[in-house]
Amino acid sequence: MEFLDASLPYIMPIVYAILMISVFMGLCSYSVLAERKVSSWIQGRVGPNRTRLPLIGHLPIVGNLMTGLGLFQPVADGLKFLFKEEIVPGHVNKGYYYLAPVVALAPALTTMVVLPFGRYVDAEGIIQPLVLANVDLGMLIILGISSLGVYGVVLAGWSSNSKYPFLGGVRASAQMISYELAMGLALLPVFMWSASPGYYNEAGIFVEGSRYGMSLFGVVQSQQAAWTILWQPLSALLFLVALFAETNRLPFDMAESETDLVGGFHTEYGCFKFGLFFVAEYAHIIMGSGIFVLLFLGGWNFLPWMADPWGTGILGSVLSVAWFMAKVFFMIFFFIWMRWTLPRFRYDQVMSLGWKVLLPLAVANLVFNTIIIALYDTLTR
Amino acid sequence: MAKTKVLERKPLSFAEKTFLPQIVTGLKTTFSSMLQKGVTLQYPEERPTIPDNYRGVPTLVKDPNGREKCVSCQLCEFVCPPKAIRITPGAIDAEAEPERAHVEKAPQEFDINMLRCIYCGLCQEVCPEEAIFLQDIFSLSGYSREEMINNKQKLYELGGTLPDKHFKWDKKKAAEATGNAH
Repeated sequence: MEFLDASLPYIMPIVYAILMISVFMGLCSYSVLAERKVSSWIQGRVGPNRTRLPLIGHLPIVGNLMTGLGLFQPVADGLKFLFKEEIVPGHVNKGYYYLAPVVALAPALTTMVVLPFGRYVDAEGIIQPLVLANVDLGMLIILGISSLGVYGVVLAGWSSNSKYPFLGGVRASAQMISYELAMGLALLPVFMWSASPGYYNEAGIFVEGSRYGMSLFGVVQSQQAAWTILWQPLSALLFLVALFAETNRLPFDMAESETDLVGGFHTEYGCFKFGLFFVAEYAHIIMGSGIFVLLFLGGWNFLPWMADPWGTGILGSVLSVAWFMAKVFFMIFFFIWMRWTLPRFRYDQVMSLGWKVLLPLAVANLVFNTIIIALYDTLTR
Repeated sequence: MAKTKVLERKPLSFAEKTFLPQIVTGLKTTFSSMLQKGVTLQYPEERPTIPDNYRGVPTLVKDPNGREKCVSCQLCEFVCPPKAIRITPGAIDAEAEPERAHVEKAPQEFDINMLRCIYCGLCQEVCPEEAIFLQDIFSLSGYSREEMINNKQKLYELGGTLPDKHFKWDKKKAAEATGNAH
């Protein structure tokens, strides 16, 4: 018993981590399903509606409903990837070829460590974030690690030893670098506003220094009154466009545009290795949606200018997580929705949009906000 | 000589240059198409409506009195472009149908090889007795080549009875009764 008590602080983080990974992977597989379903609805089709698991699938009404919505489809998809014949083309560079999917997936899954997804009220009555690692500057970790994912893409394109994957890899790297800058610059005003140089504490005394530092939790807490998107629409737009480019989604899916590159960087991949790439893509989308919700859509805050109805107990935490997830789901839906709305950009258009429009706009936005903040601080103090 | 009409292109407004209003319109369009009903036909459960005169699988039909209409004249066998039809002529069973026996013939064997059939409908067109019809069966499958050859029994099963306005044998009987036999 004593041993258990002593080891609990070491075991619980592992349990939490495993829990979060399972939820996240589940979300990934169900966003694949969402992609297929929403795509088919937009195109006037039905989408996957035949896969039926035994027992659950044969429950009276629920079973038919779940089958019709394709809720068992991810299981079938995963098993298919797992049991297919594994073909490795003879001309690939074996070591890197096997390494690439792992390099693509690992960063996408690592970033979720610093993603706060809800809040709870601790014993002292202070609101705390629900997050695996509540680090200051979590956003930097996310930006840094998630862009490592492009190494997987480049590695896959290069080790495939074939022209189309190679072109896909080259395009992906160029695109990532171009949009990374605009993305980072679009974020800065948000953090500059949320991490104010001082705040009035409960006693009404001005305290120097930011209350939450530059953590993502602080950004969410600063949005209790107004969501950032309402008064920083330009930053939100720039970040969203860069996010679409970073996640390789249409209209920016240069790396795997079927029309000119067969399958892009994963042309030579099959079965489970392809599955890993696929999961990595959706992991990026979910992470991107999560970050956008945290930074611009108020995280788990209820509605703009409305106090959170979430209580202080466990139910309140669950509600805040659910509300956050609902926003994330909307963003995932938005990604898919956008896919069927816009045609793909040409490669040079992607580049000129990134360098000639987004980057100057982001810089201008940053300078403008800096001046506003400087004026505000000098005038109100 | 046709005149070339040069369309005047207005310069894009600022809002149009940002693409954003157009993107919003596009999003509305895709969303509204999402709310519309799908056009998919859930095939094995739902079947399409087959138009009249559809040329599906060729079948043999009986007249409303349950008599075989085919008299094994072999015209269809002769006209069939891919030679899918094979008929072995035979006699009508004298005990079952004493009036028709020794007057007409009937096929002893009637095979249509569905691996050869091209659904052209010439057999239906050429049949003087209106005994062979291409009906509305459009999907057909089997595990072996033998299974894909429709024999006489199968053909009658698929064909069934079609409404017949001729009543050849009834008319012949009526004519005999009134002493007007030819």
